[in-house]
This record gives sequence, C-alpha cells and structure tokens, in this order.
Amino acid sequence: MYESVYATVRWTLLDSLTIAGRTYARLRAQPGEIVAFLVFPVIMTVLFGYVFGSAIVLPHGGDYRSYLMPGIFMQVMAMTATSAATAVGEDMARGLIDRFRAQPVARSAVLVGRSVADLSLHLLSLAAMVLAGVLIAGWRARGSLGDTAAAFGLLALFGLAMIWVGTYIGLWVRSGAQADAATFGWLFPMTFLANTFVPTEGLPAWLRPVADWNPMSAVVAATRGLFGNPTSVSPAWPLQHPVTASLLWCLGILAVFLPLAVHRYRTMDR
Amino acid sequence: MIRVEGLRKRYGDHEALKGIDLRVEPGTVCGLLGPNGAGKTTAVRILTTLLRPDGGRAEVDGLDVVRDAARLRFRIGLAGQHAALDELLTGRRNLEMFGRLYHLSRARARRRAGELLERFELTDAARQPVREYSGGMRRRLDLAASLIVSPPVLFMDEPTAGLDPRSRMRLWELLRDLVEEGTTLLLTTQYLDEADHLADRIVVLREGAVAAAGSPEELKRTIGGDRVQVVFREPGDVDAGLRLLRSIVTPEIDSTEGLRVTVPAADGAQSLIRIAGALDAAGIPVEDLALRRPTLDEVFLRLTA
Repeated sequence: MYESVYATVRWTLLDSLTIAGRTYARLRAQPGEIVAFLVFPVIMTVLFGYVFGSAIVLPHGGDYRSYLMPGIFMQVMAMTATSAATAVGEDMARGLIDRFRAQPVARSAVLVGRSVADLSLHLLSLAAMVLAGVLIAGWRARGSLGDTAAAFGLLALFGLAMIWVGTYIGLWVRSGAQADAATFGWLFPMTFLANTFVPTEGLPAWLRPVADWNPMSAVVAATRGLFGNPTSVSPAWPLQHPVTASLLWCLGILAVFLPLAVHRYRTMDR
Repeated sequence: MIRVEGLRKRYGDHEALKGIDLRVEPGTVCGLLGPNGAGKTTAVRILTTLLRPDGGRAEVDGLDVVRDAARLRFRIGLAGQHAALDELLTGRRNLEMFGRLYHLSRARARRRAGELLERFELTDAARQPVREYSGGMRRRLDLAASLIVSPPVLFMDEPTAGLDPRSRMRLWELLRDLVEEGTTLLLTTQYLDEADHLADRIVVLREGAVAAAGSPEELKRTIGGDRVQVVFREPGDVDAGLRLLRSIVTPEIDSTEGLRVTVPAADGAQSLIRIAGALDAAGIPVEDLALRRPTLDEVFLRLTA
C-alpha cells in the first residue's frame, strides 16, 4: 500500500514534468510567440497608461499610472484562463487528450503539468510587464520587500486559479476556437467590470456592487495595497479586507475548478 | 485476445451500443465495419478504456477494461481518427514524450524513438515539426506513437481515412508486418477494400448491433456467387441476346438495365467462356463482357440498408 502510494506520487510528478517539458518545447518551436508574449505588456502599458491615462483623474488624488499597473498585472493573470482553455481545447480536437488517457499517464499529471508550466510562462509575461511599468510608466513598488513578494505571490495564485477555470472549460469544447469563444467573451469584459482601470465609485449604484464583489477587484485592491500604490476606497467587505478576500476567492476557485477539471478529464464521455 | 459480451452504451436517449458480442483471436485482424453512427468508435473507445460501458463485459488481453484499466493501458496501443500528435514538436520529440509517459527512462525513450522512426521511414523527417508532415507521414508517426511499448493489442479507428492510395497501401503493409509479428489488431473502417485486404474476420455493425460477422469470403458468399455481366452494343440486340443467354446458362436473369444484363455464373470462368462463344457465334456485338465476383460493398450495402 505504502509502495503504491509512493509510486503514484512519483509518477504523477514525473509525468507532470514530462507534460510541462512539452509546453516549454512548444514555446521554443515558435519564437514569435515569445516575442508577442513579451511585447504585449509594453503595448498595454502605453495604451492604458498614456492614451486613457491622460484623460483619467483619480477622485482622491494620486498618480493614475501607478494606480493602473496593478490592474494590468491582474488582467494579464486573468487572461491565463483563455490561453489554458484554448490549449486544452486544441489538444481535445487533435485527439491528444484521448491518447494521454489511453496511455498509463498518471491521472492528474496531464492537467497539473500543463497548469504549472503555463503559470511559469505567464509569470514571465508578468515580469515583462513589471519591467515595462518601471521603465515606461514610472511605476514603483513602495511597500516592504515582504509585501511586494506577497503581492506577486497573490498574482501568481490568482493566475493559477484562472488557469484551472480555463482548463475545465477547455475539457468541454472540441476546438481551440470554441475554447477561446467560451472564455474570452465573458472574461475580458469582466476584467473591466472591476476596479482594474477606474475606481468603482463612479459606477451607477446598481452596477457598483457587481464590480465591488468581482474577485478581480479584490485581487487588484490587495496588490495596490501591498505595493503601496494609490488605491480607491469602497465600503464593500471584499475591498475593506482585500488580502483576505482575494485569498479566499483564489482558494475557492481552485477548490472548485481543480477537482472538477480532474474529474472531467478522468470520466469524460464524448 | 479480445472478448466482448453484451456490451452496451447509451448517450441520453441514444443507444450507441445495444449489446454487442465480439471475439478476436490472438494474432488476427478484426475489422469493424459499419456506416457512420453504427457504434464503431464507441466500441473502440470502450475497449481502450476511454469510455465506461453501461452494461456487458469487455476483456482485452485477459484484463477487464473497467476494473483493470490502469494495467490494460500498458498492453494496448491506440491510433485514433486524428493523428494525435503535437504539431509544433518534431517527430522525434513527440515519440520521446510519449515514451516518457510510458515511464521509459530518458535514454530508453530516445532509443525507442530512434527505432520507431527508422522502422516507419521517418528518420529523415525526425527533426521536422509534425505540422510539416504529409498525411501519410503523420499516420505513420501516429502508429509509431501507439507502438512505443510494443503492445500486444493495437486498436485503430479509421487508420487510413483521407490518405492517398500509395500511403494507404504503405500503411497496410506496415500493419500486416505487425500482425505477422504477433500483434492482434482491431480496426474500424469505412473502406471495404481495407477490411478485405487486412481483416481475417469482419464484424458489421448497424445501429449499435452486430448485423453480420465472418471472414470476408463468408460474408461475400452470403450475397451469392459469381455473375457475368454483358453490355450489348445495340439496343436492338438485347432481346435476341437475352434469349441466347437463357438458353445457355440459366433461365434466370439477375437484372436487366438498358443495355446491361447480369446473369448468374454457376461455373465461374467457364460460364463466361460459354457465353462469349455463344454470343460470338450468333454475331451479337457486345460493348463489355465481364465476370464479376461479389464485393464487400455489396455485402455492406445489403446488410446496412
């Protein structure tokens, strides 16, 4: 019994590594992707920081571009769901998921390996965005080193949670395009229906609670606080306790979508 | 090697498999034949542990497909309808990845990839990404990927769909070699000549049930024997021709369609010679005269109509 548990854990780890290796090998095979990955943050920073930013004044003062950057960081991590769903959807369409399932691959390894490799790539993208923020927008983390690390940790956790949302959706579709349609359409607007780009104070009364209770608002508010950047205030509980709220949101999303995705992978009937 | 009893699968209201029985002996090829939606793919997916049956039993290589699924996955290879490969990775890298997932060491995975690339004539393309492969190369790599652990049982779902004739024949050769080495093969196909070429036994599925089973020859015999087909040149000759045919072979005419007349050929080629001689002696010109053997197409059309 002990032997077999040990073997299961060992194979899950090794198989996850093999699958993660595949993600990196794919990236090496398309250098253009890497460039896009790194250039996109710069475009976003310039676009929002200077094009929109020049017209936006924060109600309680503070530099808009410093306010903005944590929002963009969160948005990058939120969109991991779309790329995860698209990649899994493509593997479904190609029959690769079937091949993995008909092979003696550890049952959660395909999804775990993918999600971890995916997260590491998105953290790379986040690093490029941080660099763009520092160099172009003059963004700085003004909190302590520990707080700064905590903020990045929170962003990583949020990215991981969103990857599992995307993974689960990807396991229900039959093509990469379908996966894109099934995630981007609600996810992208949702990143705007939050305190990402503007404070929620100015929203109509009926819309404001939606934005305040959007998990993304909690993540953005928490990182703004930890980075020591200008933030906006709201009486809503999640924004009064943004670190606790965003941790709860992320762990809650993971607790729902990780088991759902693994279960779907193991039992899928087409 | 494969034993299936009363296998059932239902999707909502649709009964995909209504209790099929199947036996495939070791080292033989079984062809699952049937129109789209007959349940071929569902059967393969159950036998390869991808799908749980709702009823009945299925054993592959002595292992139950549900209870012993984990162990069975080391004993089977599956090449599905799509070439299930990573398009961005090279052929070699694909095989190495699948080898690692069968728990081969890095060195053994690399060695096995090399062997398989060699065997399937892909060594030259080993360093190219799969998206640059032709259809035939993809299929060969897909087959190679399903053979990493030399599984005793191989499942192929429409292995040659969409291939050009030359690539198809090449794949058939490779499959025949595998069977000669002792692999048991179950394949689904819509191409009857494929089943005819490869299969020792054919099982025809229709609406989730077995409509017929037997060797290709047995199935053809159910349709009846050989026939001679005469195509007259002149419409005016058809009546005289028919009278002549009735007098020399049999009073029964199978079918008459315009200038084309089909009659049973009880003595095979001898019947053809007699008919040719009689028509020639009577001076009736023909456009075409041929001995026709029943084809699996006819069996298929009759059984699945």
